[in-house]
Amino acid sequence: MVTEAGSGHPGGSLSSADIVTALFFHTMKHRPDEPKWPERDRFILSKGHCAPVLYAALARSGYFPVCDLLNLRKIDCHLQGHPDMHKTRGVEISSGSLGQGLSVSVGMALAMRLDKLPGHIFTLMGDGESQEGEIWEAAMAASHYNLNNLTAIVDANGLQIDGFTKDVMNVEPLAAKYEAFGWTVRQIDGHNMEQIVEALDWSRSVEGPAAIIAKTVKGKGVSFMENQAGWHGKAPAAEQEKQALAELLEQAEALKCEPGEA
Amino acid sequence: MANDLKPRATREAYGEALVELGKRHGNVVALDADLSGSTMSKMFAAEFPERFFNVGVAEANMMSMAAGFAISGKIAYASTFAVFATGRAFDQVRQSIAQPKLPVRVCASHGGLTVGEDGCTHQSVEDIGLMRLLPNMKVVVPADFNQTYAAVMESYDTEGPMYIRTGRPKTPFLYDEPPASLGKGADILREGSDISIFACGIMVVRALEAAEELKKRDISAEVVNVSILKPIDVDTVAASLGKTGCAVTAEEHSIIGGLGDAVAEVASEYCPVRIGRLGIKDVFGKSGAPDQLLEEFHLTTEHLTGLAEQVIASSK
Repeated sequence: MVTEAGSGHPGGSLSSADIVTALFFHTMKHRPDEPKWPERDRFILSKGHCAPVLYAALARSGYFPVCDLLNLRKIDCHLQGHPDMHKTRGVEISSGSLGQGLSVSVGMALAMRLDKLPGHIFTLMGDGESQEGEIWEAAMAASHYNLNNLTAIVDANGLQIDGFTKDVMNVEPLAAKYEAFGWTVRQIDGHNMEQIVEALDWSRSVEGPAAIIAKTVKGKGVSFMENQAGWHGKAPAAEQEKQALAELLEQAEALKCEPGEA
Repeated sequence: MANDLKPRATREAYGEALVELGKRHGNVVALDADLSGSTMSKMFAAEFPERFFNVGVAEANMMSMAAGFAISGKIAYASTFAVFATGRAFDQVRQSIAQPKLPVRVCASHGGLTVGEDGCTHQSVEDIGLMRLLPNMKVVVPADFNQTYAAVMESYDTEGPMYIRTGRPKTPFLYDEPPASLGKGADILREGSDISIFACGIMVVRALEAAEELKKRDISAEVVNVSILKPIDVDTVAASLGKTGCAVTAEEHSIIGGLGDAVAEVASEYCPVRIGRLGIKDVFGKSGAPDQLLEEFHLTTEHLTGLAEQVIASSK
């Protein structure tokens, strides 16, 4: 998908792929044939640059044809470089400027509470994104309003555009920060499906907002991308794509599930 | 001019209209960033505490939260001072409100120099320009209490996002009662044939005074209250320019990006004539009493009258 586009963000898409998969195919109640179903759970991709993983999940869920993925970022395609709620079926909110998704989620969660809607909001952020001050404004508000219907998931892959997060601007200890802001926190291995699924289910029953800090590997599953900041926002060349897909296919085979051809 | 009514601040009209909207519509919510006593959203807070959200001193969070409400079927009114609503939270207004075309009403009080003694940090002289630049954003600057009330009431049914600027000081009444609608937002208050005066906000009353003064000098000035700066009423503006052949604009805002620019854009495309722009000349404000500031920054009836005479003289 990203190779076809010639640009995009594979690193963070791969680090959050397991989490997004668990959300769309296990945790969330949603109706691909009725995207605006009022009682649905909502997925907010605050780190909008990881649009490829969201688009893949939406397509595989049936929101739009899988073949659309190959037109990512192309001039007349509905799949924008960063998610656009008016162009792509199933996208809840346009995102891309980091740090706003959690605030939007707080507003949505309060609105859903006013309307007595049963849905839960799952908001995915990056650890680098946690450097944005607005995240902490929102974190304060979520616990102030005691939002039971909000789960924040931090894809803590430890890397950002300019290098390791700990070197650029250390965000740790993230769990302690969220706890200090009044959230209930769980730390998991963001590539252990059992832990992911369990934590997401747990987060629904938490009193007040829940945060899941998922330790992940940027570029997960592709040997030459793993833990390389350089793969934050670069498209693999054709040969690299071949190798990457072969590696992912092999891992998928091992898991005995259908791999994606996009 | 409705001279028998005691002057009232436009921000008070915001507070009153918001309460009325709250009564009529269950999906109206209001947000503020620790300035509810100044923006007058406190009136809504008192009536509808369950639909009011004071986010504290966190304007960025407020704007994105307002987007979250709007996405969920609410009409969200977010208020703070103009300088913070448009400056501090510009990216949130851009990315989470304007681009997704969400029904958020950014209702900014304390626009312009007449914030007064607080000085330049709190005096917004560029907010209209910032909001005009954003695609999808409708920009409204009402001229008195009643027009503000009408603008807020009408905003409920407006599609997409909207910026409404109100002011701190008590302002004379121009309209006897809230008009049913702002219409296309360019209201000819006085017909004239020698020069058009386009004004917005607190400068409209000064424009009417200037027209009266010009009449004594045998100059017939047309006064147009431009309450909707975007989309501007091209037909009315161009027709007035065509009739008078020259114009001045008057606004409590920088001459860059505001009403002066908006009128000049219409003129350059449809009816090129000479235009004098009365506004803040690309500088920041300072502390002082509102009237002293208006005098120092040349936003007075006398300066407007003088500029009109200059423009007429140089147009001949």
